[in-house]
Amino acid sequence: MTAAARTLAIMPAWNEAAVIGDTVRELLSTVEGVDLLVVDDGSSDETAAAARDAGAAVMVLPFNLGVGGALRAGFKYAWENGYDRAIQVDADGQHEPSQIHAVLAGLDQADISIGARFSGVGDYSVGGPRRWAMSLLAAVFSRVARTRLTDITSGFRAANRRAILQYTRHYPAEYLGDTVDSLMTALRAGLTVVQVPVAMRPRQGGEPSHSPVKAAIYLVRSVFALFIAMTRAKNRVPLPTLGSAPELEATH
Amino acid sequence: MAQVVFAVVAVLVAFVLFRLLRAGRIREKYAALWIVIGFGVILLALWPGLLIATARAVGVAVPSNLLFFGAILLLLGVTLHLSLEASNLEDEVRTLAEEVALLKTKLSAPLPDALPADPADEA
Repeated sequence: MTAAARTLAIMPAWNEAAVIGDTVRELLSTVEGVDLLVVDDGSSDETAAAARDAGAAVMVLPFNLGVGGALRAGFKYAWENGYDRAIQVDADGQHEPSQIHAVLAGLDQADISIGARFSGVGDYSVGGPRRWAMSLLAAVFSRVARTRLTDITSGFRAANRRAILQYTRHYPAEYLGDTVDSLMTALRAGLTVVQVPVAMRPRQGGEPSHSPVKAAIYLVRSVFALFIAMTRAKNRVPLPTLGSAPELEATH
Repeated sequence: MAQVVFAVVAVLVAFVLFRLLRAGRIREKYAALWIVIGFGVILLALWPGLLIATARAVGVAVPSNLLFFGAILLLLGVTLHLSLEASNLEDEVRTLAEEVALLKTKLSAPLPDALPADPADEA
C-alpha cells in the first residue's frame, strides 16, 4: 500500500450516545490520515448527533439492522467513495485507536487483517465453553485460511479494496454472521487473511457475560454459524482484480 | 350431515380467497395455491368416495390418514414458502435501508477532504 492510500474507519454504533463522543474524539486525535464514518444503526438516543458533534461523518440507518447490517452499509459507503482500505472499529472504545495502523499494516500481506487478542499483547482472558468455541473457530479458520488465526470473533479488522467489495456482496446481519460467516465466505471467495497481535481494552459497556449457560449457547451458535458458512454455495461471481471502476452492483 | 358442513366450509374458503384476490389484497402467486386447495377440499367434500378409492389404491388402511398426511405436507410446503418469502423481503428491505442511508449521507454533509469525482457512481 502506498502512503496515499485512502483509509476509512467504520464504526457501527447502536445507542452509544454515552461513549461515542469520546471514542470519536480519541480516534480523530490519535490516528493520522484516516477518515471516520460512524454508522448509526437505528439508535433511539442521540448517538448520531453526538458523533457528528465530535467530528465524525455519520450515516444514519432508518432502523436497526444489526452489527453486520451496519458494517455492510459502511463498506458500501467505502466502496462507492473510492476508499482503498477500511477498518472496523468498535464504538465502545474497546479497540485502541493507537493500534489502527498496526492492523492496517497487515494489509501489506493479505486482503483482510484481523487485530487479534491473545497474541501475547494485552490482558484479555476468557474461559469455559466460550473459550472452547473460540478455539474451535480458530482451528477451523486456521486450516481454511492456511495461516495461524487465534481470534476469529475479533471485530477489529481491516480490509483492502478487494475485501471491501466482497463485504458489500456478503455481510450477514445475523448473530455471529458479522464475524464468522463474513470471514469464511471471504476466504472461500479466494481472499487472504492475516492476523496482527493487538492490545484491547476491556469493554466500557460492561463485562462480557460469564454465565456458563450463555457461554454454552454461544458455543452452539458459533458451531451452527460455522456450519452454515462452510456449506454455503460459493460466490458465483468472481472478484475483479484491484483497480477496477468503483461501480457497485446490486446485491440482490 | 358432516359432508354438508365440509362442503360449505370449502366453498366459503374458496369464496373468501376469490374476493381477496379480486380486491388485489393477495398476490396471485400465493392465491393460486390456496384456490387449488379450496377446490380440492370441495371435491373431497362432495365425493368422499374419491378419498376412499385413492387410499385403497395407495395402500393406506384408514382413508382419513391419507387426508391428514396430504394436509400436513401441504401446510409444510406453504410455511416453507412463506419463510422463503420473508427472508427474501428482509434481504430486500435491508438493501433498501442501506441505499437510503447512503443517499442521505451523500445529500447531507460530504466529507471534509475532497472526494474524487466518480463517474461510475450511480450505475
